[in-house]
Amino acid sequence: MSTVRAAGETTAFRRALAVLRATGPAGIASMVVIAAATVAAGFGPLLAPYDPDLPNLSLSWAGPVGGHLLGYDFEGRDVLSRLLAGAQSSMLGPLAVVILSVTAGTLLAVTAAWRRGLSDTVISSGLNILFAFPGILLAILAAAVFGAGLPAATIALSVAYLPYVTRLLRGAALTERNQPYVAALEVQGASAAAICLRHVVPNIAPLIVAQATILFGYAMVDLAAVSYLGLGVQPPTANWGVMISENQDGLLLGHALPAVAAGLCIVAVVIAVNVLGERLFEQARAARG
Amino acid sequence: MLLASLLVASFVIFAALYLAPGTPLAALSGGQSLPPGSVQVLEQRYHLNQSFAAQYWYWLDNALHGNLGVSITLRENVSTLIASRIWTTAGLVLYASLIIVVLGIGLGIVSGLRPGRLDTSALVVTAVCAAIPTFVAAIALIMVFAVKLGWFPALGNGTSFLGNVRHLTLPAIALATASLAIVARVTRASVRQEAGREHVQTAVSRGIPGRQVIQRHILRNAAVPITTITGITTASLIAVAAVVEVAFSLNGLGAYLVQAAESKDIAVVQGISLLMVTAFVVINLLTDLICAALDPRLALRDSPR
Repeated sequence: MSTVRAAGETTAFRRALAVLRATGPAGIASMVVIAAATVAAGFGPLLAPYDPDLPNLSLSWAGPVGGHLLGYDFEGRDVLSRLLAGAQSSMLGPLAVVILSVTAGTLLAVTAAWRRGLSDTVISSGLNILFAFPGILLAILAAAVFGAGLPAATIALSVAYLPYVTRLLRGAALTERNQPYVAALEVQGASAAAICLRHVVPNIAPLIVAQATILFGYAMVDLAAVSYLGLGVQPPTANWGVMISENQDGLLLGHALPAVAAGLCIVAVVIAVNVLGERLFEQARAARG
Repeated sequence: MLLASLLVASFVIFAALYLAPGTPLAALSGGQSLPPGSVQVLEQRYHLNQSFAAQYWYWLDNALHGNLGVSITLRENVSTLIASRIWTTAGLVLYASLIIVVLGIGLGIVSGLRPGRLDTSALVVTAVCAAIPTFVAAIALIMVFAVKLGWFPALGNGTSFLGNVRHLTLPAIALATASLAIVARVTRASVRQEAGREHVQTAVSRGIPGRQVIQRHILRNAAVPITTITGITTASLIAVAAVVEVAFSLNGLGAYLVQAAESKDIAVVQGISLLMVTAFVVINLLTDLICAALDPRLALRDSPR
């Protein structure tokens, strides 16, 4: 509640640290993986030992030699450099999906829980129809309408996840709405927006963060799948999903490393995010009692 | 509710692709300019000069009668094109669901009932499997079982029934992996939860045989969450099958949908999307019905809404 805010930033920071510490060794290992992927997403092209986009067809499928730890891809580009450069589109895409759908989902959930009645019915039935569209299908539809690319896929997945986010948060927001302190604030004349922004949303924040974390994993898998299908990030832009599809021929030729390395990057980040998300959910549930 | 949901979904599919940039005439002619005579013929045949609502009505009416229009790239009836591919996808999804039901639920029940080393390792393995995207599972399976061991073919469809089963085995495993892990985890959690209930402890202390306690008291109560998660994950396989079909070069609906989306073959995209959404909604409805049959209390709880 508001007391946490009044106590200042240091307490909030310490509290965040305590939450992280309570996630245990698996949680800390997960955070290391996520931190590494985040650094690669931010500075990947600078960290890359070689030019990730420079092809050299005479070296295509060449194995690891010299400074090229993971060898070369189908066009003779350095695989490690492409993995580092590809972190950007592979991480920022899911991040955008999470921000879009969690923001919109929180807004819808709090509105539905606050106003109840007609607004709640309209929001819930609208989302029920969206339930009929699996994420991948919506992304393929978006590619057919707006053309293939990361923006269309990102928006499509954000919309597809909206019902799941909203359903979970609406329940929590409803519980919060029925708390006596909300009624007390209303009697004191606080506006609905102020109560929601200062109290309801901060109080369901742990759940929002846990949901966002789990969602990041889903978004990463689905976005990589869409890019793998050729409807998301377009080559020659480096991306983990694209790297798997463009290097898949190597599997049958006995050069599995480029495709497998990109696959392992996705799996590592998704496991890390899932472990962390589950821990955060447990803590959020425990805190709510 | 089901029909309303499908009607709105069909409207969304039609409207989205109707609003897509580019005129249908340009798509039909491949961008060439046409003589006014043929423009008129085309406009009449596809009802292009009528209002949006009228066009939607024509499309929906035709779709309900099994006519989904004509593919502009292959110049064939979309229904025919779908019919020749639907069995690959249906077979793939069924095969994968079977794997999920047998292995996922089985593993979940066993590790839910027996805490210990098996349970712990199952938890770790399923945590990893749940994070493996379908196409990563696909390339791993191709690498190990098709290239290294040569047990299964890597790509394409089979010719006979057995050949088809052989060709669909790796794709079905790839499709099932992540969902299997999720189903196993949820099954384990709900079995564990039910096993800890007081009425189960009472039954055990009264000396009721273990098998009977498991069947009548634990599994019967855990059946609803297990059915729900199995239904949800199975329904989601319909869309994810596209990824597997592309990875294994299978000639299925999903791979065709992706191809049609790339070439903006609108009639095909509309037809397959409508079919997939219908299948998705129907599976979810069946899941709800099975749950209501398993636990009559659910029907009572939901009806007054």
